[in-house]
Amino acid sequence: MAELIVFWVFAPLAVASGIAMLLQRNAVYSALFLVVNFFALAVFFLMLGAEFLFAVQIIVYAGAIMVLFLFVIMLLGVDREERLVEPIRWQRPLGIFLGVGITAEIFAAVRAGVGFAAKAPGGFALVNQGGNAQAIAKVLFTDYFLPFEITSILLIVAAVAAMVLAHRRRGAVSGPPPAGPARPQPDREAEVAG
Amino acid sequence: MLSQASAETYYQSYAVVLAVLAAGVLLVGVAFLAARLIAPHRPLPAKLTTYECGIDPVGQGWSQSQVRYYIYGFLFVIFDVEAVFLFPWARIFERLGYQAVVEMGIFIGILAVGLLYAWRKGVLKWV
Amino acid sequence: MGWLDWMLLLARIVLTFFMLLFALVIVIWLERKFIADMQTRPGPLRAGPRGVLITLADGMKLFFKESFVPTLADRPVYLIAPILAVVPAFLAFSVIPWGTHVTLFGREIPFQIADLNIGILWVLAMTSMTVYAVVLAGWSSGSNYPLLGSVRSSAQMISYEVGMGLALISVLMFTGHLKMSEIVAGQGGYYWGFVPRWNFIPQFPAFLLYLIAGLAETNRPPFDLPEAESELVAGFHTEYSGWRFAMLYLGEYLNTITVAAIATTLFLGGWRGPHPSFLPWLWPIAWFALKILVIFYVYVWIRGTMPRIRYDRLMAFGWKLLIPLGLFWVLATGTIVLLPGLYGSRGRLVAVGLIVGIGMLLLLAADVLERPRSRSREGASP
Repeated sequence: MAELIVFWVFAPLAVASGIAMLLQRNAVYSALFLVVNFFALAVFFLMLGAEFLFAVQIIVYAGAIMVLFLFVIMLLGVDREERLVEPIRWQRPLGIFLGVGITAEIFAAVRAGVGFAAKAPGGFALVNQGGNAQAIAKVLFTDYFLPFEITSILLIVAAVAAMVLAHRRRGAVSGPPPAGPARPQPDREAEVAG
Repeated sequence: MLSQASAETYYQSYAVVLAVLAAGVLLVGVAFLAARLIAPHRPLPAKLTTYECGIDPVGQGWSQSQVRYYIYGFLFVIFDVEAVFLFPWARIFERLGYQAVVEMGIFIGILAVGLLYAWRKGVLKWV
Repeated sequence: MGWLDWMLLLARIVLTFFMLLFALVIVIWLERKFIADMQTRPGPLRAGPRGVLITLADGMKLFFKESFVPTLADRPVYLIAPILAVVPAFLAFSVIPWGTHVTLFGREIPFQIADLNIGILWVLAMTSMTVYAVVLAGWSSGSNYPLLGSVRSSAQMISYEVGMGLALISVLMFTGHLKMSEIVAGQGGYYWGFVPRWNFIPQFPAFLLYLIAGLAETNRPPFDLPEAESELVAGFHTEYSGWRFAMLYLGEYLNTITVAAIATTLFLGGWRGPHPSFLPWLWPIAWFALKILVIFYVYVWIRGTMPRIRYDRLMAFGWKLLIPLGLFWVLATGTIVLLPGLYGSRGRLVAVGLIVGIGMLLLLAADVLERPRSRSREGASP
């Protein structure tokens, strides 16, 4: 009963915030709607008994990744004129193609996942006995040890790539900043990074 | 999803947190409303301009921030993900024994190499 | 749950909120008194005996002040930001046990709103939410000073959040509990019969790490760069006025209290302390308040002693010193906990913790006192 109420409160919220995120023109509003969406998703994890993932969803997605997004938005400047001409010609067809692909994938995944919890021996309650965090740790650090280590390499590759793209070389910084009010000049290389 | 007995307290504890959220928003909201009713409200164009130490502000207020913040944001995401991996590990490493520490040592080591790279490259130096 | 239980729950929430706000009034007055004492001036005197009511007076004043929205501001976000400054602090505090329990109507009522299974993680999640208040307040003001202040501040907060997380992980490794009540329960008893088994002794490095990260997380001096009056007017809340400003200010102090309360719970044994047997529920609350005040006094003391750190050095301090030390301490704790052959009992860990802690303290002191090596790149930071 409680589950149903929670679901019917938060599922529409998740869908609505997702749609609102897409329809917003203001990038910061978009980001805020995405935060709402993340919170709604976190509640779903809670409903599934995955308390640990609930916390992770808030800490990593709402707490870290969205802050990064906001930084990027501020980096690019919000009030910039909307470009109506697509600068990259093949982006649109490729986008449509990938969109169809991911929709099919989600559909397939949902289709395969229906009734999965019921089929699992003992259900989540048994697995989560003694805490959700331990249950995850138990499989993560034994059976999924290699993927776990590879994650760190993935993370570091991403970080190095970002640094290479965004970091100004020493020579580029010379002399005092341009005079005038406290307003940093737009960074050429910033656009590549964003 | 959960067994019946534990589901009760499980949902209850989070319902309580939800109640705290509601109470907090209510408290702040009521305070705002009361302040709105009590405080004067006489907007003047000069009052509503952006504060610029007494001179007229120039241009739009939204400037671009430096790219350097972005890198720190990125590093933060990485180390946050790392911290999130550390939490379940910290609960279980005592049972898994030394190999769990070695595993995490490798994980942290790889990330530390990344931090070291950033350090050596001068990314961490605020120019 | 009957209606009585719901009423008791409501009473618990209201009581906790009331205590928190009461603590706020006292703590702001105390800070002003402490800092005045350190600077040999009297501090607030007029409102109430010794100026106790100064915070209330200030609050009332701001309540009757006009709070307007600047023309260039982004109205909805501008209005939401002060709420985001206060509510996460309440939520973070809701998992903290600030006393034992009383028995009323045949029910045990704990002085803790919710004892979540993911206690520490919840705290981390909620403290990471405070970044939003700063970012959104600064961005929505539509002005340069707040924007710069907010970007600076959020970069600072996220940098030190990593260090804070590492400190929390060390405690978790040592105690093995995520739940707040279990962490406090694990700190009962004594080492060698007289030293209380509080986590800050074996986990002294983590304690230091947490206190410093907490200082930066709450934007308190010497890490108050987001406000940095001499550079950014007042940082992210430059454009805020009246009651909205009061909320941002309130949020900052609420966060400070929450950070001190978390430090108390994780490292200083929470509400534990020796007490006489009459009114057994009152003494733990008093102990808890006392410990929070001690941490708060240390924070004020630091404020009174240290000059504001320059931004580049602040970031360098966080990334080059605190985070590597935190990572090291996590692995060290793991090794020490797992080496019973070498270390016999956890009693030895106390010694190791103290030695490493003192070493860390020296390192920190060396970094803070160190003169900047090169002056060539100064003045280029935004």
